[in-house]
Amino acid sequence: MSIKRSLLSVPLRLSTLAMVFFLMLGAQAFGANPDVSDSEEAIAAGKSVFNANCKSCHKLDQKYTGPALRGVTDRRSIEWAKSFIKNSQAVIASGDPQANAIYKEFGNLAMPAHEFLSDTELESLLSYIEYGDKEAAVAEGGGEGSTEQTAGGSGVPNEYLTIILAVLVVVLLLILIVLGLIISVLTKYLNNQNLEEDDKEFINQKFDVKKILRSDAFVIIITALVIALVAKTAIDGLYSVGVQQGYQPKQPIAFSHQLHAGQYEIQCQYCHTGVEIGKSANIPSANICMNCHTHIQNVGGKEGVSSEIQKIYNAVDNNQPIEWVRIHNLPDLAYFNHSQHVAVGGIECQTCHGPIEEMEVVYQHSSLTMGWCIDCHRQTDINAVGNEYYDKLVQLHSDSKNSLKVKDIGGLECAKCHY
Amino acid sequence: MKENNKTYWKGLEQLTNDPEFVKNADREFPEHLPSSNGENGGPSRRDFLKLMGFSLAAASLAACEAPVRKAIPYVNKPVDINPSIPNYYASTFAFGGDYASIVVKTREGRPIKIDGNELSPINGKGVSAIVEASVLSLYDKERLAAPYVNGEKSDWATLDAQVKSKLAAAGSVKIITNTILSPSTEKALSQFAETIGGAEVITYDPVSSYGITKAAETSYGAAVLPTYKFDQAKVIVSFGADFLGTWISPIEFARQYAKGRKISKEKPEMSRHFQFESNLSLTGSNADYRTPIKASVSGLAVLSLYNALAKKAGAASFNAAAVEVAHLDKAANELWANRGASIVVSGSNDPNVQIVINAINDLLGNNGVTVDFSTPSFFRKGDDAKMNQFVADLNAGRVGGVLFFNCNPVYDFAKGAELAAGIAKAKVSIATNSTMDETASAVQLVAPDNHFLESWNDFNPRKGEYSLAQPTISPLFDTRQAQESLLVWAGSESNYYDFLQENWNSTIFASQSELSDFQQFWDQSLFNGVYSDNSEPTSISGVADASAAAAAISRTYKADNAATELVIYTKIGIGNGTFANNPWLQEMSDPISKATWDNYLTVSQKWANENGLKMFEGATQKAKLTIGDKSIIVPVLVQPGQAIGTVGLALGYGRTKAGRVANGVGVNAYELLDSSKGFVNFDITEGVSIELTSDKYKIAQTQTHQTYMGRDFVVQESILPEYKEDAFAGRYQPKIYKEGEFVKPSKISLWKGHQYSQHHWGLAIDMNSCIGCGACTVACQVENNVAVVGKQEVLNRREMAWIRIDRYYSSDAEVGDNDGLEIASENPEVVFQPMMCQHCNNAPCETVCPVAATTHSSEGLNQMTYNRCIGTRYCANNCPYKVRRFNWFKYHDNKDFSTVNVAQNDDLGKMVLNPDVTVRSRGVIEKCSMCVQRIQAGKLTAKREARKVQDGEITTACATACPTDAIVFGDMNDTGSKIYATLKIQEETLSATKEVNEERAYHVLEEVNVNPNVWYFTKIRNKDKSEA
Repeated sequence: MSIKRSLLSVPLRLSTLAMVFFLMLGAQAFGANPDVSDSEEAIAAGKSVFNANCKSCHKLDQKYTGPALRGVTDRRSIEWAKSFIKNSQAVIASGDPQANAIYKEFGNLAMPAHEFLSDTELESLLSYIEYGDKEAAVAEGGGEGSTEQTAGGSGVPNEYLTIILAVLVVVLLLILIVLGLIISVLTKYLNNQNLEEDDKEFINQKFDVKKILRSDAFVIIITALVIALVAKTAIDGLYSVGVQQGYQPKQPIAFSHQLHAGQYEIQCQYCHTGVEIGKSANIPSANICMNCHTHIQNVGGKEGVSSEIQKIYNAVDNNQPIEWVRIHNLPDLAYFNHSQHVAVGGIECQTCHGPIEEMEVVYQHSSLTMGWCIDCHRQTDINAVGNEYYDKLVQLHSDSKNSLKVKDIGGLECAKCHY
Repeated sequence: MKENNKTYWKGLEQLTNDPEFVKNADREFPEHLPSSNGENGGPSRRDFLKLMGFSLAAASLAACEAPVRKAIPYVNKPVDINPSIPNYYASTFAFGGDYASIVVKTREGRPIKIDGNELSPINGKGVSAIVEASVLSLYDKERLAAPYVNGEKSDWATLDAQVKSKLAAAGSVKIITNTILSPSTEKALSQFAETIGGAEVITYDPVSSYGITKAAETSYGAAVLPTYKFDQAKVIVSFGADFLGTWISPIEFARQYAKGRKISKEKPEMSRHFQFESNLSLTGSNADYRTPIKASVSGLAVLSLYNALAKKAGAASFNAAAVEVAHLDKAANELWANRGASIVVSGSNDPNVQIVINAINDLLGNNGVTVDFSTPSFFRKGDDAKMNQFVADLNAGRVGGVLFFNCNPVYDFAKGAELAAGIAKAKVSIATNSTMDETASAVQLVAPDNHFLESWNDFNPRKGEYSLAQPTISPLFDTRQAQESLLVWAGSESNYYDFLQENWNSTIFASQSELSDFQQFWDQSLFNGVYSDNSEPTSISGVADASAAAAAISRTYKADNAATELVIYTKIGIGNGTFANNPWLQEMSDPISKATWDNYLTVSQKWANENGLKMFEGATQKAKLTIGDKSIIVPVLVQPGQAIGTVGLALGYGRTKAGRVANGVGVNAYELLDSSKGFVNFDITEGVSIELTSDKYKIAQTQTHQTYMGRDFVVQESILPEYKEDAFAGRYQPKIYKEGEFVKPSKISLWKGHQYSQHHWGLAIDMNSCIGCGACTVACQVENNVAVVGKQEVLNRREMAWIRIDRYYSSDAEVGDNDGLEIASENPEVVFQPMMCQHCNNAPCETVCPVAATTHSSEGLNQMTYNRCIGTRYCANNCPYKVRRFNWFKYHDNKDFSTVNVAQNDDLGKMVLNPDVTVRSRGVIEKCSMCVQRIQAGKLTAKREARKVQDGEITTACATACPTDAIVFGDMNDTGSKIYATLKIQEETLSATKEVNEERAYHVLEEVNVNPNVWYFTKIRNKDKSEA
């Protein structure tokens, strides 16, 4: 299943589900530690703590880099949980058997200390762990199903098309054969009649390929076709100059978006910090990698340090930046600002960058040509809800029966991108 | 309505309607097109191109593989730096006594733009051309990259060891410096001086105000400059002080001056300004009454003003030769009528003249009000007498060691040549200059200072006012802040930052009681950039006694000097020459002469006639200027307004070791200065002779390039009494006949007219506030990556400036009356008009572009799309304002332009470019975009914060830089905006045609109804009716 993740889809989806979720919470009391608050505020606060600190290694109901967390307050005392979160190494060093067991179970992978978390934050975190996002998994599946349907809504899947095509070809061939048979039968039948010489000749005339080949009409048609073909190839070739769609260079580190964004569901803007505030989305600096990779030194539960992850350590140790190969190259004459599209427009990352969460090695998904930009500006609605900046424009547009699109507010003008 | 019947002309050629001028005036590009038609019989350039065309296209197609580009993030990203998001730091610009509190814009850690600091009580948000341009000097690859010992590259350890050992054995050591505004630097200097056994610190200024400080010492017992308050003066009288352009603290004075010159129907009052001067200065060109006087008369004129006032006051007058100076009596009357609300200043460096000026201000009761000695300013501390003594001592071998602390006296002191010869006589000579300039190359040890944008420092420009400078980038080279060098040489362990903080902790922090935590105090001061301690004014005693001074003036000044006089001045762009190596400043056209890349002898039209010089479109002759035993060859420029019998020459040129840009540009006027009277005299009244040579020369002026094709009423002006009677005074209101009645041109249009549903950007330019200083032109150049093209290309009329200041001389004579015009040209009135793309709503350029490269936006902007432009130049041809500029060459990455266009040619220089603006290539038109990148950024911020755009958060570079607030930018659809209020827009409308109620507001060339988004306000002079 493809998991679409972006800056806005997550909160949106969650907000629609939140109602259902909290309604169910009220009805369904389960065996959680009664000392853990189930107030909405606590859960919401805990969620932000969880997302900021825990999410890269833990899931609520699933074993991950670390253990599944739900029910921890049943299994352990609240005090134990708090002290373990704050400084797990200290608890382990104190010889606590449970702590040591779990440390061993997860390959002696140390959990970073979180001394900075206050008691209140820890309590709300535990609330979230116990009560938070229970149906998320179920609902997510449902939600995704519906988005996929709308995405592919226009028609029949590709494989069916091929089959239908094949069947049609077979039918056509059959018709041809049948027609041929009919012709030969009819010829035989006519030859058996007593016909005049002229008619006989007409019936038995041979199909003269040479004559057709030499005809003016044929020569002209073929020449025209050849010219058209060459022209089309040339024009297509020229249009593709500088278009790097599908460009998939080898990167200095075999970084997998499929692993990080797909499997671990790390939010895009966790690494691409500029995407909501500035022009460039930012390739993460090595210190952002180190937030997790201080602890995660290998993949797939292997021992030792992965050679790829070692490259980050080398970069940091030698103070030598990692030279990534730039994939999306807009020409200098075009100004593009990520925050306009992501923070203001609410466009999902995948709209332009494609299924990043499925890419082992990132490639350029869209053509990034001006035509491509303009097409989108023609079709896309303004994300004006709750944005006072657009109030006047929305009001002026209210008479129109069409929705307010980017093109309606100057989105096709030259100096929106070229200056 | 009274129509304006003056004739405006941009140059003498236009005035005399020279046939060659008329021919060229009709053409946008007067020069021949750069094509050859193969005269030699061989293939022409075009044939060659035709032949090459196909193969080139084929070859380039084959090479279409895109290059691999890298994206290199930080290893450890600083928290505050986000790529593509600018950071702003408050800091301070101070070179010698030239001071401005600034805000530095940095992108990805690179300073790229300097603005004024709004919190500064001195310069506010205003800056000058030099301050704007100074950011480029940071990326000057000719800055020293390491310390030098005896001309060889060395390292700091070697240098420090040499300095210490040599100084210890040197004996008497002198430290030479320009004015130091920094208390911590002074402390470090004195600490250093102490450790080497009491070195004397000698301060001089390239452009000295010693006369004022010396006079203050004589009159009031303290050698300081007063604080001037031009905004509180209703009558301003200046004797040769160019206080709007170059005198002492021009940004501050311009700001004050403009406050008194802004008028409206509600407040139809403005100050009256008299100027008595020899050269036509920026200040003189703004005056209501300007009288050209000879320098030899100036002292007597001051004295006779004193006598006139003394007569009214009943005080004793002095004996003085009678002088006939127009408007002097009028000035005296008005000064007397506005006692306590007037100001008299003089640019003279003669202490005697300044003593009389003090006496005049005492008589008028201005002392303590508009001329405030109790709040002293410290912009100039130079002591000419001491510096003269030092040069004598040096040559006599009485100086053992000398340290030049960030100063260049070999170039910019009157006795530079003598000083250069004497340096070798000192046992040790050290300089902290950051380039191998004239002085640094003459000393043994050079310890290069950081650039000011790489340094920590503090400043105390005025009693009670402090400001801080903070580094905005790590040092680019192996340089060390000069103050730190002093500390090292003094054996101190502390670095200068700690030293600075410690000094603030023990002095400024200790004397205040608002904050108790030093760190908080420091952070706040650093954040604001400025700190005011509200200290009590010092009390001054005594009233200036001018009798001795008056006697001296009577002796030294003559009412009837027959000899030619040379008045040496400074230009607003180059100043004293410190920043001469900055191409932005070299190419900035001088506000008055409109010349670039040169200095020249300014002569009167009368002199030119007498000597048979005919100047035509910059083509002139050179003259031999001789003073005593010194003589130089210098081109001559005919300057209307030049006092008869005088000539002018600017300082700051003729650098020999400034660097690749400035070397060999112009002549050095410093060596002509006279210091025989104990002060540096900028007025040479004796022994000057000028002899025209037959050498032809071309001065690259931008003056007559863009004309209005003979269409008048571009400048609309009037005088105050008429404005009071009728606010439409001076307005030209064209009416066009339509269906039986006369209507405004805007009522007739072929077009349906645009509707602007969200924003409607516009500019309102007050010609009464615009003083012509040109800060906006440099600001625009920095902001928009405008190329520098060099002198030859300016001569070819290919300068790229997006905003120019049109300077019009006016004359009351009729067009046909040539004799009358000639008399007027001796002292014309001057009008400055900033001219940039007018962003017409019925734009003539848009309709003629064959490829739709220039189009109109839904916010009223006239957009120029470079990547679409194919260079037909139809648009430039069809523009009535001639504001579209064509890229005749690829100015970036082109070795032919590498010495002039340094910001676009070497890797270091390119760091100053604004990353949000494209660098244009050859063959495309460019022009003012109304800083669309700032508009887009401002709108985006508002959208991200889900709110409306607030008025004032978006502004153009020119409006930001303007020290007088002459340019107002804003959204004319926003009823709460300043521009809406300024223009008094009649009703809220989405229409592109806005009807305004402000009587003074007009469109240039309204009758052609291109309906611009730029409005001008009539210029009003404060003249009496009878004399207008």
